[in-house]
Parts: sequence; C-alpha cells; structure tokens
Amino acid sequence: MIAYLLQQAINALQLGSVYALIALGYSMVYGVLRLINFAHGDVFMVGAFLGFFAAAVMRWPFVATLLFSMVGTAALGVTIERVAYRPLRDAPRVSAVITALGVGLFLEHFVLATVGAQPRQIPRMIPVRFYPLPGGIGFSSSQAVIFGVALLLMLVLDLFVNRTMTGMAMRAISWDIRHLPLMGVPVNRIVSLTFAIGSALAAAGGILVGLAYPIIDPYMGILVGWKAFVAAVVGGIGSVRGAMVGGYVLAATEVFVAAFLPSTYRDFVAFSLLLALLVFRPTGMLGRVWAQKV
Amino acid sequence: MRRSPALAAMGVLAALLAAAPALAAEIVVGLNVELTGSIPVVGQSSLNGARMAVDEVNQAGGLQVGGQRYTVRLQVEDNEDKAQSAVAAAQKLYYQDNVIAMIGPNASRNAVPAADIAESARAPMISPWSTNPSTTRGKRYVFRAAFTDDFQGRVVASFARQHFNAQRAAVLFDVASEYNKGIAEVFRQAFTELGGQVVAFETYTTGDKDFLSQLTKIRAARPDILFLPNYYSEVPLQVQQAHMIGLNVPIIGSDSWGFSDLLTLGGADMEGLMFTTHYAPDIATPVARRFIDAYRQRYGSAPDDVAALTYDSFQLLFLALQQAGRVDREAVRNALASIQRYEGVTGTMQFKGTGDPIKSAVVIQIKDGQFKYFTTANP
Amino acid sequence: MEAPGAGAPPRAAAPGRTLLAWAGAGAGLLFFWAVLPRLPVNPYHVQVLMYVGINAILAASLNLVNGYMGEFSVGHAGFMAVGAYVSAVVTLWLVPRPLWGALFPAALLAGGAAAALVGLVVAVPSFRTRGDYLAIVTLALNMIVKSAIENIEAVGGPRGLPGIGRLTTPAWVFVWVVVTLAVLRHFLHSRFGRGVAAIREDELAAELIGIDTRQVKLQAFLLSAFFAGVAGGLYAHLLQFINPRSFDIVKSTEILVMVYLGGVASLAGSLVGAAVYTVLLEALRFLGLWRWVLAPLLLVVLMIGRPRGLLGYREAALFVPAWERALRRAAARARSEGAGSPEGTGS
Repeated sequence: MIAYLLQQAINALQLGSVYALIALGYSMVYGVLRLINFAHGDVFMVGAFLGFFAAAVMRWPFVATLLFSMVGTAALGVTIERVAYRPLRDAPRVSAVITALGVGLFLEHFVLATVGAQPRQIPRMIPVRFYPLPGGIGFSSSQAVIFGVALLLMLVLDLFVNRTMTGMAMRAISWDIRHLPLMGVPVNRIVSLTFAIGSALAAAGGILVGLAYPIIDPYMGILVGWKAFVAAVVGGIGSVRGAMVGGYVLAATEVFVAAFLPSTYRDFVAFSLLLALLVFRPTGMLGRVWAQKV
Repeated sequence: MRRSPALAAMGVLAALLAAAPALAAEIVVGLNVELTGSIPVVGQSSLNGARMAVDEVNQAGGLQVGGQRYTVRLQVEDNEDKAQSAVAAAQKLYYQDNVIAMIGPNASRNAVPAADIAESARAPMISPWSTNPSTTRGKRYVFRAAFTDDFQGRVVASFARQHFNAQRAAVLFDVASEYNKGIAEVFRQAFTELGGQVVAFETYTTGDKDFLSQLTKIRAARPDILFLPNYYSEVPLQVQQAHMIGLNVPIIGSDSWGFSDLLTLGGADMEGLMFTTHYAPDIATPVARRFIDAYRQRYGSAPDDVAALTYDSFQLLFLALQQAGRVDREAVRNALASIQRYEGVTGTMQFKGTGDPIKSAVVIQIKDGQFKYFTTANP
Repeated sequence: MEAPGAGAPPRAAAPGRTLLAWAGAGAGLLFFWAVLPRLPVNPYHVQVLMYVGINAILAASLNLVNGYMGEFSVGHAGFMAVGAYVSAVVTLWLVPRPLWGALFPAALLAGGAAAALVGLVVAVPSFRTRGDYLAIVTLALNMIVKSAIENIEAVGGPRGLPGIGRLTTPAWVFVWVVVTLAVLRHFLHSRFGRGVAAIREDELAAELIGIDTRQVKLQAFLLSAFFAGVAGGLYAHLLQFINPRSFDIVKSTEILVMVYLGGVASLAGSLVGAAVYTVLLEALRFLGLWRWVLAPLLLVVLMIGRPRGLLGYREAALFVPAWERALRRAAARARSEGAGSPEGTGS
C-alpha cells in the first residue's frame, strides 16, 4: 500500500508540475490586470504545436524546441494583450472576460482549421528510461525532466518577481494600477512583459506535456486550461507562489481520487473541493484577503 | 398563322420540361461521419469509401431503380465526434435534405443516439462500423455492416485465453463512450465464463491523457494480459505509459485500433501487439482485391476497415434500392431487411432477420511497424 | 433612479396597450399551433426557429442576473442541464407514453423547479462575493453539475440519455417565450425589480437605503435558474438526446455571447441576441469549421467596440409598462429643462 501511494505521489508530481506552470500564467495576469485570461489554455496549446513544428518538422533538439516555443508563444501573448485586452483596460471587467473567452475560442478553431483535427505525435526528445526504486516503484526519465525543468523555471520566476525591480513593479501594479504611472512605472510595458512571461511558461508547460504525453491535438488546451485555472484559484489567484502550490494540490487531489474511486469521480471531487474552498476561503490558500473600505 | 418566336420558345421549353425529370432524377444519400474531433481518420476513411461507391455507380450511368436511372448524390455532414452533433446532423439529413437513407455514424457513441432519430423518422440508417449492440437493438430501421461486440468481445476473450493462456486479465476503457464500455463488459463476462479472472477493470473519460493512476492500480493487480478497447488516438498513450511504469504484459485491442495512425502515433511501443478487426487486406478475396486496388489508385494507400465497410454499406443500400423498385424509405427498409446473404469487400455477411450481419473477425498483429494478418475467428 | 421632478405616483397601465399585447400573443399562438403546421415550410427551418426561441429564454434568464443585476454568472448551462435531465426523467420514467403530450408542461415545470433549487446553491455565495469570485463559483457549479450527471449511471452517465420524446413544438416554444418575457417584465418593474437595478448600480448604497439585497438576489437567481431549466427541458424534448457534454462551459459561453451580443439589461436585446446568434451560425454552415473562427472574432470586435451589446440598456416599448414609460418621459423632460437637476438613470 505504501509503495502504491508513493507511486501515485510521483505521478502527482508530474501532473502538478504541468498544472503549476500554466496556473502561473493565470495568476500573474490576474494579479496585474484583475483579468481572468480564459484564452490562456489555448495559448498553452499553441505552445505545444509550436513545439511540434520545431521538433517534428525542423527536427531541433529539446532545448532549442523549448526556447523556440517559449519565445513564439510569448509573442502571441503580447499580441493578444495589445489587440484584445488593452482597449478594454478601463471597461467593465465583464467585457474583458467575455473577450478572453472569445479569443480562446478563436485560437482553438483557428488551429483546428489550419492544422487539422488529427492528433500529432511529438518525437521523443529525451531518451526513455525507467529508474526503479526500492519497493517496486519507480519514475521515468520524462517524469524527472518535467519535475526538474518546472522547478527550475518556478525558482527563476520567484526570484525574478521578488528580487528584481521589474518584479517589484509587477507586484506594485497589482496593488494600484491607476496611480502607478505617477511613480514613473511604465505600466503598459510591464503588463506586456507579464503576458510574455505567463505565455512563455505556458509554452514550457506545453513542451513538457509533449514529453509526457507525446500526442497533441487542438483540443488539448480546453481541458488542461480549465484544470490549471482551478489550480490558480485554489492557490489564490493573483499570487505567484499560490499558483505553484495550487498546481500540486490539485494534481494530488485528482491522482489520489482516481487511485481509489472510479475515474469519473475525479472532476466531481476536484470541483466540489474548489467550491467548498471558495465558500470558506474565497481568496484561496495563499491569496491576499481583500478588505473593502466603505 | 405567322411563325411566332414566342411559340417556338415555348415549344423548346416544353421539350426541356418533358426531358427534365430524366435529367434531374437524383437519389440523395446522407453521410453522417466524424470528420473533426478526436478520431478524424475514421470520418475521412468513411468519406473516401463513400465517394468511391457513389462515383462508381454514377460513372456506370447511374443507379437503375424501377425502370428509371438516377444519379446518386452524397450529402455529407460532419458530426464532430460529438453525440449531440450526430443527432442534429441526423435530423438535418432526414428532415431538410430528405435523404433516402443515412450511412453512419461510425463511432457507437454517435451511432446509438442517431439511431433513435432514424427510428422516429421512419427512415433507414446503415452504420458501417458501429459494433455496439444498442445501435440496432429493438429497431426496425437501423442496420449495420459490421459484426457486433457481443461476438467481438467473445473473440477477444477466447483469443486471450487460448493464444496467450492468460489467467488474469486487466481492462482499461473509456467509460464515456458507448463502444468501449460495451465491449469491455462483454469481454469481462466472456473471459470469466472461459475460466479466467478479471483482476482490474479501470476507467477513464474521453480526452484524458494521463492514465498513470489507473495503470499503476492495474500493475498492482498483477495481470497476465491487458485489454485496451479504445480508439487509435488514445491507445498509443496508454501503451507508452504502461511501458513507462514497467507494466510489460501482452496488450490486446479491438477493431478501434485498425488505423495506420495508431502506428505513427505509437511507434516502437506497439510492436508485437494484436487486435481483432473486420478484414485484413493481405488475405483479400477477388472481390476485395478489386476494391483495394481501385482505392489504392485513387487515394494512395490501402483502405482500412471503415472505408471498406462504408463501401459495403453503400452496396447494400444500392442493392436494396434496386430490389425495392422505388425511391421510398419504407420500401428500401423492407428490402434491406429481406437481404439474407451478401458477399462484400469485408467478407460474407449473413442476415438472420435482425439488422446485424453474422461475419468472421480477423486477428491482426503489428509486426515490423505494419499490420499483418494473424488468424481468423469464425462465428 | 428617477429624477426628483418626476415623483408623480405611477398611473394605471393604459388598458389599450396591454390588450393589444395579449391579442398579439394570442394571434401568435394560433399561428404557431394551427397555421404553421399546414404551411409548406422546410421543417429544418422550423427547427432552427424553435432553437431561437429556446435560446431567447436562456438569454433572457441570464440577462436578469448578468445584465440587470450586474452579477457575473458564467455557468448558466448548469441550470439548463438540471432542467433538461429532470424533465426528461419525468417523461421517460414517470409519465405513461399516451400522456406525454398532455403532461409535457408539468415535466417542464418540474425541470424548472429543480433548476431553481440548484439556483439556490449559487445565490447563497453571491451574498458574500461579487465579480470574479462569483464567476469562479458559478463556473465550478457548472462543472460540478456536469460531472455529477456523468456519475449517475441510471441516466446514461457520460454516454447520455437517448430516446426522449419529441414533444417540443413551435407552439410550446412560443408559449414559453411569452411566459418568460412576461414574468421577467413584471418582475423587473416591480419593487423587487427596482432592487435588482439598485444592486447593479451600487450594492452598498442599496443596502444602506434599506433594500434587502439578500432577498432580491435570491429571487433573481431563482427566477433565472427556473427559466434556464425550462429551456433545458424544451431542448431535451427537441433534440431527443442529452448528454453532460452538451451542457459544459462551451454552452455557457454561447449563452453569454447571446446576452452580450444582443444587449445587457434588455429583454428585447435577449431576443435579438438569440436570433442573430442562432441564425448566423446556421447561415454560416457553408463555411464549415471557419464559422467557429469567425464567430468569436466578431464577438471580440463587438466587445471592444460596443461592450454593452446591440440594444444594451435600451428596451423595446413592448417590454416596459406604460407607467414606467411615462415616468421616463417625465424624467427626460425634467433633465432637459432643469440644468441643475441631478442626473437620473433609468433602469
């Protein structure tokens, strides 16, 4: 039983890493713009497809594929912000969210219409090896790479957000976007940068997903995107560390529910927990509690 | 009376009108297939088979029904591999396009609900590829060109027992899909009846990519064989993940595997695995040979079973139309029901009063990255 | 809130207009029930018309909460799902086949009532949260309803429930569209309806002046969910097949699009939004996949250019009671005459 639980825990680490990377994009954008960027899941999908192009068509190695996808997707994120969200900066938030939903649908069907519906395989970019551990459990090389790369990226991001001037500017925007320009902060540039970083991380998530589940299709953004969104909320939307924690918490919930109950209960339990969490602690695990001044 | 150009014009018009019925005589056949969604190869192959059948008949001068020649027109609807879209497409085909009959859907999860529409519209439907019994059960207007899973599930179970000597079987299937669940249950029952034990019966939902949880559970149950009755786009991931966690038992599948994309997506992990299906191009009869060569010439590759079954479905429909003698849904339905034996591309079909043909199944093995015929299982 | 100059007590509704409206409804019913079946119309077009009606009910019910009350509910398909399944279960399991036609409204009411109960679950968190958090709560509820149904094998689980009777007719759809619009119109221009608008403008101020915001929100969510449930029942008995996948976030997004396209806080807008959206998608069928690329693009352009929608905050005269119209006219007059009178915003 212990061995079984440990093995499931290893599985959760892999799934959680992917969720965390994508959840970061949601949290960062929300923190800065108070916008739930529902197009983020589809941005992740585009990242995976860019990776497919680099790895299968151009035959580049892992690191080059990763970099290419991250840069390309960052450009996409910045463009979306410029074209669809910036004009709505002062509009009611509802409009921005509807727009986000629209952008997501557009991306998904655009890729579907141009690239086609059939699933594609991303070629193996790292050698497949299985490392057994005592007790009959073990982990694979891809699981190790996924966890390692995700951890590295998250560490870098955490340092960036908390130890650099730009990071501080990002955090400042989440407090008061209106008056920040008075402090000499180039708000638009920081917002663009936030989108760029968030999208790049989603692309990294896409490549890592390609490593773990080498078959990609234009619909993959929807499922994973929503799960990552839930992860961001669980951790406290707007909080970078919250997104990281939320990703692993959600993955653990999913994996362990599926380990003991039929798989159809997985979503039901995950979303019910989310609802319960929202009722009792709406700001999530690490989110900031907002007090409204009357 | 002066010759009036108007009179001449009317004369020409009258002549044209008299000839018009002969020119415009058309039979519309609906095709309800999965062109987008998670199994687009199924829809595309079906469309290819359909086009071949229709073009063949039209090039021969049209279909002769009751003393009149008709051109056959194909009305194609994409059901997006979504059950609710399959139903909407069926309604559109029957009520707006007034098709004489509908061919498809192929995937049972779409065919079963669409069959209800055919039944309530009192119009014939032939599913080329659906193997789940519910598609035709209790219905007068729904037929199929493939064997049912009541038969196929048993074939897989006895093959697992006899060829692999398996005692403990594990199954991983999509619980959100009619076909997968149906055949998994038949397999479980048959395997148990044949003296084996099903030690793990795990599920997932369509669209899931991560099966590590379920496969870890399966591994803990120590099976001798793993049955994966799932579609060609999902099986490669399942097989790869099984191998990744060290689950190295024989893996068998069913007719949802039979597409070359399975090999492209799965790669080396698929080597040596076996599955049951409807026909194998390498042991083709002369009837099949002709079809395979024509298909290869037109589309550049060998036809898979969906294409072949769709072609057979159309031939059955054409035969029924000719026997009925008129383009009428009820008459065509009765004619279809009275066909007792048919030699198709996919083999001999015997109908015994239900919409389900009795046919043989073949077992295919993946060898050197290709599908190779292994053996036949007779009913 | 009206300008102070227009403080005259509401006059009785002019009987002529009301009579005309009811006569129109009656004529419409007669047309759909008796005349349409005899016309040589393409049955598929009639089907599209029925979908327009169902979508209109959905859009109007969501508009109540999102448009008029200014809340942020994005999981409306969840209520539709409850209504669809409950009404289908009632006709399939509880009612003998010969009585299907006669008891169809009862089944729809049952579906609506069940959906309203679920609406309670959303109403309660709405007391404490607004904006984005309510959005997430409603989203979570949509997913919970969907995955709960997937686990109920008796109704087919994820594979769906086939074999539902085709009981939805153009006449029934027309009846329910009229009922929905009439009830919502009455509610919106009643005392509670005032509360709805007040909450949208400034919830805190509304509480301060004594409006029981909890009661108002409760009523609004219940009504909204009820009609979504009825729409779900009509949908189920038109398509004859339902599965959980039909009621996921994509469906909720479609309903949102109809509301924001047609116009927020406008019943006429809901009609327009539903009609334009449904018909446009059908008309663009020839584009195949590309219509799903074009449609969201149009939505984005619309949101950037005209975020309140085509008829946002404007209402067709039919949907506004006579006394309200008189009040607005008076308020507008007062505004244009008195330069110093404070701005009044009609609801």
